[in-house]
Amino acid sequence: MIDRRLADLVPPFLFGLVILALWELVVRAAGVPTIILPAPSAIAARFLVSIPTLAADFWQTIKGLLAGYIVGCGSGLVVAILVDRSDFLRRGLLPMGNLVSALPIVGIAPIMVMWFGFDWPSKAAVVVVMTFFPMLVNTVAGLESASPMERDLMKTYGASDWQTLTALRLPAALPFIFNALKVNTTLAMIGAIVAEFFGTPIVGMGFRISTEVGHLGIDMVWATILVAAVTGSAFYGLVAAIERRVTFWHPSFRAKGA
Amino acid sequence: METASIVKPATHGVGSPPPPGPAIEVSDVSLRFETRDGPVQALAHVNLKVERGEFVSFIGPSGCGKTTLLRAVADLETPTEGDIRVDGMNTEEARLKRCYGYVFQSPALYPWRTVAGNIALPLEIMGYSRAEREERVKKGLDLVNLSGFGNKFPWQLSGGMQQRASIARALSFDPDILLMDEPFGALDEIVRDMLNQQLLRLWEMTGKTVLFVTHSIPEAVFLSTHIVVMSPRPGRITDVIACNFPRDRQLEIRETPEFLAIANRVRLGLRAGHSYDA
Amino acid sequence: MAVPVKSILPIVTVVLAVLAIWYAAAALMNAPLQRDMYANAGRSDYSTQDLIVASLNMERPKLPGPHQVVAEMVKSIVATAPSSKRSLVYHGLITLEETLIGFVIGAALGIGLAMVIVSVRWLDSSLTPWLVASQTIPIIALAPMIVVILSQFNITGVAPKAAIAAYLSFFPITVGMVKGFRSPEPLQLDLMRTYSASSMQTFGKLRAPASAPYFFASMKIGAAAALVGAIVAEVTKSEDGGLGARLLAGSYYGQTVQIWAALFAAAALSAALVGLIGLVERLAGRRMGFAR
Repeated sequence: MIDRRLADLVPPFLFGLVILALWELVVRAAGVPTIILPAPSAIAARFLVSIPTLAADFWQTIKGLLAGYIVGCGSGLVVAILVDRSDFLRRGLLPMGNLVSALPIVGIAPIMVMWFGFDWPSKAAVVVVMTFFPMLVNTVAGLESASPMERDLMKTYGASDWQTLTALRLPAALPFIFNALKVNTTLAMIGAIVAEFFGTPIVGMGFRISTEVGHLGIDMVWATILVAAVTGSAFYGLVAAIERRVTFWHPSFRAKGA
Repeated sequence: METASIVKPATHGVGSPPPPGPAIEVSDVSLRFETRDGPVQALAHVNLKVERGEFVSFIGPSGCGKTTLLRAVADLETPTEGDIRVDGMNTEEARLKRCYGYVFQSPALYPWRTVAGNIALPLEIMGYSRAEREERVKKGLDLVNLSGFGNKFPWQLSGGMQQRASIARALSFDPDILLMDEPFGALDEIVRDMLNQQLLRLWEMTGKTVLFVTHSIPEAVFLSTHIVVMSPRPGRITDVIACNFPRDRQLEIRETPEFLAIANRVRLGLRAGHSYDA
Repeated sequence: MAVPVKSILPIVTVVLAVLAIWYAAAALMNAPLQRDMYANAGRSDYSTQDLIVASLNMERPKLPGPHQVVAEMVKSIVATAPSSKRSLVYHGLITLEETLIGFVIGAALGIGLAMVIVSVRWLDSSLTPWLVASQTIPIIALAPMIVVILSQFNITGVAPKAAIAAYLSFFPITVGMVKGFRSPEPLQLDLMRTYSASSMQTFGKLRAPASAPYFFASMKIGAAAALVGAIVAEVTKSEDGGLGARLLAGSYYGQTVQIWAALFAAAALSAALVGLIGLVERLAGRRMGFAR
């Protein structure tokens, strides 16, 4: 099984290598100036000499990102459970949540910078707002997803609302909750980085990108983007791995697992 | 708020003997559903008395209200008129006192719980201690021949095994009454025969009162002490047929003339219900 | 139109509640500022009511009241000529143009690549994992760089922003359409095989119609992403105007009311785009039978 999964990785890996090789070749052969497109080797070299700077940027951005992600997802989950008690609130809040989820929320970044200052709390605030609504909408939908028969079963046991919630509806909602957690990893990355375009102390991945672009230090921009890409994928991968462990029973994982 | 029901396991079936009188009494029950295309009369003036320890099957074409009647007994539907008594209580009291176990058409096992965890679910809700839960789960698994499968997940079992687990779940808190809504409808005939025999043995051993919805004539005749024949639109009872085979009956009785005679009477009853409709 | 009648009262209630909370928050957040202003002016004879009213009508509040935002929007949409740089219509149209151009390009490329991926096996196995991974990385971080690189080639104005809008909508649309083209069940594909249908026929008769729900979902996500892309691009190169430029200018000069107005304009634009696609979806859905 492990072998199969490894085998599946070979073509994309090779494809990536070919692209990198072509990139290097074209840049060198055509003499593309670094300020337009640096060669992969140049980016790697820049990365290696800039590790301390990149690490400082990473920690600065990750602070706001994680704080915002935890608060945003957590409050979305709690509000969803509260809203779920009232059909009236659900009818009122759900269309709002759906609407807001489609809005360009990153735009609130300048307001958050004014309210919470240049440091990471303002970035966390942007991330909170961005991650809250997807979590709310998904959890409410998830809590609705238990089948009528499963609910009737709880009713025949004379189960209380709280027992029905903990024994049936929350577990049934887990796939939806994890869906929101996964979507939110990307949204949190976007929020944390873009919010830094609007002002930071002189550190952070978004800050680094916007200033180095100004100095035409394109190789440093690429090095920062590399860090952002690896961070984003790792964050997503971590949540997906937890999902696989927690919702192992879901049909989408059974086929591979059992 | 509902601490009372959490703290003490509240069914009188545990330890104390059931109260005297019939297990279930249905008096002049009618039930109308309001649908988008107007009202649908699901049940019309149904009267029925089920004595303790009986095995009563409900048979009829789809739409005859047999499932609705069972759901009304379980307080999952509310009759528009009439009264239903379960162990002398109204249906809501009976449900809150956990007088019955319900088995649905499909096993409805929670995929995130092991088989043992599923059987323990009602016990957790009713506040049994861990030790007692473990003991009852073990007993339940033995009862339906699933010993050794407790740590499997439901989706790792066959359909027949899943339905057996759901029966063990319904029996785990030892209710007096078992309500079964076409529990074997989705299974193939070979598995169904085997489960029918096991169910009979289980009924004989435990002395439960069973209400059993089916649309298989041989199944109804083979299992029951009484067969209730129903007809659709509006759903009502057209015939109640006694069926007095010995309790330890074997599959072979299906070849006997007595069996075929009863099966024939059921068939005629079903046909009469239809011609009335047409 | 999509909202059921019995949801109207709850929605109105929630909206009113949001407004109430907003007013309360505005009063609470601005009152200290206003108190300082009174103190600086040497005034101490104000009542609580004066303080609240003044807090809700400051020129540069921490949080403007809803009526201030509405007034600003009316002023900059209706009362200002659309050609003026102070008009939200002027900036909104710039953003809309970038978004639409980018979205159309991104959608065309995305659908095209999805078609290629489902028909060319080696591309599928080698490219799809990268496309999926692209969903997990903040590709928007590339926006400032793309603007600068394109300006090296003297590509300025609408084009670089449309390019960013295009690539931001491109990835989710590609991933969604690959899923959509793959959505027919094995049995349905087997049926086409029994007719010995060509792969073109299978595509036209089965894969394309089956992908319709995915198509509309992808279009909605793509349009919203394109708008975000356009706005972020405008932030990085703000001299050409656009709602993003308004946001940035507002934050430079502490013009909070202007920021909120631009934000609401962007929200309205996004809601209108997604709503329009939703409308087409419902019409198509009724004809094709995948929605009621």
